[in-house]
Amino acid sequence: MKIGLFIPCYIDQFYPKVGIATLELLEKLGCNVGYPMDQTCCGQPMGNSGSEKEAVKTAELFVKNFQTYDCIVAPTGSCACYVKEHYDILKQTDATKYVRENIYELAEFITDILKVDQIDATFPYKVGFHSSCHGQRGLRLAQSSELNLPFFSKQKQLLSMVKGIEIVEIDRRDECCGFGGTFCVTEEAVSVKMGKDKVADFVRNGAEVITSGDVSCLMHLDGIIKRQKYPVKVLHIAEILNNTIER
Amino acid sequence: MKHSEAAEKFISDNERTNWHDKALWFVRAKRDIAIKQVAEWEELRALASQIKAHVMSNLDVLLEQFEANAIKNGIHVHWAKDAEEHNNHVLNILKEHRVKSLVKSKSMLTEECHLNPFLEKNGIEVIDTDLGERIIQFRNEPPSHIVLPAIHLTKEEVGETFHTHLGIEKGISDPKILTDIARAHLREKFLSADAAMTGVNFGIADTGGFVVCTNEGNTDMGVHLSQVHIASMGIEKIIPRQEDLGVFTRLLARSATGQPVTTYTSHYLTAQSGQVIHLIIVDNGRSKQLGRADYVKSLFCIRCGACMNTCPVYRRSGGYSYSYGIPGPIGSILAPGANPKEHSSMPFASTLCGSCTDVCPVKIDIHQQLYSWRQDLTEDKKTSSSKRLIMKMMGIVLAYPKLYRFSGITARWFLGFSPRFLIYNKLNLWGKQRELPSVPTESFRDWYSKNRRANL
Repeated sequence: MKIGLFIPCYIDQFYPKVGIATLELLEKLGCNVGYPMDQTCCGQPMGNSGSEKEAVKTAELFVKNFQTYDCIVAPTGSCACYVKEHYDILKQTDATKYVRENIYELAEFITDILKVDQIDATFPYKVGFHSSCHGQRGLRLAQSSELNLPFFSKQKQLLSMVKGIEIVEIDRRDECCGFGGTFCVTEEAVSVKMGKDKVADFVRNGAEVITSGDVSCLMHLDGIIKRQKYPVKVLHIAEILNNTIER
Repeated sequence: MKHSEAAEKFISDNERTNWHDKALWFVRAKRDIAIKQVAEWEELRALASQIKAHVMSNLDVLLEQFEANAIKNGIHVHWAKDAEEHNNHVLNILKEHRVKSLVKSKSMLTEECHLNPFLEKNGIEVIDTDLGERIIQFRNEPPSHIVLPAIHLTKEEVGETFHTHLGIEKGISDPKILTDIARAHLREKFLSADAAMTGVNFGIADTGGFVVCTNEGNTDMGVHLSQVHIASMGIEKIIPRQEDLGVFTRLLARSATGQPVTTYTSHYLTAQSGQVIHLIIVDNGRSKQLGRADYVKSLFCIRCGACMNTCPVYRRSGGYSYSYGIPGPIGSILAPGANPKEHSSMPFASTLCGSCTDVCPVKIDIHQQLYSWRQDLTEDKKTSSSKRLIMKMMGIVLAYPKLYRFSGITARWFLGFSPRFLIYNKLNLWGKQRELPSVPTESFRDWYSKNRRANL
């Protein structure tokens, strides 16, 4: 099985270490991973801002880059969700349909396709998990607290396999962090207030590290943490699942 | 005013914002407990959604059936194509019965039609009898929430309002005492009113009856003491059969406040002796929304307010930050249909987190509709031209890998080498209250080309 690794634009430019951790983790799990060198973005920034027509060319490029792989894996719920849900803006060719059906968020790929039940990782810290909305309610990586259905979380399931980790529960388990794409600047006041409340929830409950399947949420929370000097760090879930260094 | 500007004002009072957020989250949490008591909750939601879908595709037939049965029951039925017609119907009925004073129970439709100021201009005394509504009526404010109209006010502010308008002692803030004062004041108004007005939660096509759900008993009190009962109903409030009602009453109160059922579920079928019932069926833009395939589900709404209680943006920006009478997520998908230019910022007042969609008892795809409105408003040039231009440019950069990589290098170089004042200034809204990520020397692609040469 040949896997196409999609590294979203902001991870490529600002968080290469998240891309590296994702790649190394997949290789460790025995995957044959390729990285199309001409990839850019999924097109979501334009779509969520109301200009999805401007996203068409970017989305076409995405399909062109990834159509030859067996599976497409991305360390993000948000972009994977955009490809699945909103590539109706493209002509529904076989390639488009194939890409939409075969893209997976990283944790989803590990639990549902690789069906991994153990991971060789160590992370002896108190970790709070932020369930990003597009992963949770878009891809259904975890059960929403709004629904009267049994709880599950594919990402927490993986984290629980990590040696030494202590998972910290927060008061509002799936409240949005306030990033929201361009919302973070067009609605700056609300976005920051939501982020502050989110960080405070983690800190109040004793988290040393906040992790998530989406770097976009973490970038927003980290911006607040650094400005407000909160005693907590952020790491993408791949960085924890790929970590073997003891404290 | 744009939502973002009004929200910023609201948030500048941090203590009030925290309190508003917590008060509404408390209601959401209560709702969560209540729905967990109903094992078939998700099936109920699905059923309610299907019934509403059936109603919307058979609305003409069901409305006529409802009208015919209501007339058989002796109810006077009026049709209003818009707010103006609705208000004129009400005034004519009141004139016909020589009514000078009207008591009203809660109705978002009459808010939508701006009925109160219209009647007052025509010399009618209008008294809102729902406690929250009465408080904001004193203050000359619109409701900030569709179920909890005065949720933006503290008990101290309510005491202050009663001091000004009812002449009570200054400084009373005990909720029990304030409620007793309101009760005594309203009792007088009930006894002296000539007519009562109510909204309608459900109009039942196969009986011609209608149902009003309240918690304070003010609907019954008003109706039972008056000779004239006027009820206003949006065309979308129809349900096909009496037996469908239970599906909705089970969902409504639990979603709204976490109660198993509203304290009063009042069924009106025929007038009591000596009384007349006038029912006004109102369109006011609903049939237009019915014709919009992407937005027709917004008409499923049973006005429970759960989407407001769960919305992380609403909780932190307050009802008045939305330019439309119905605020929050549901308001944001109804408002652009009513006036796209005026309410163009509302569908953007969301992170598209989707909590509204999952909490909705009739499964309206609210966040999908917010996304669709964004596209439609942009397409119709109702959004800012600079934002559209930025998105166009971004679309070009991201479509061409070389251009994307060049922009990435430039941005990282700029962020890496510029002094702080060049990066953190008025133009940088991200950096107003947040740090930017620290800049790596190479992109993932750069790293990959060096470290996975064999793969290339």
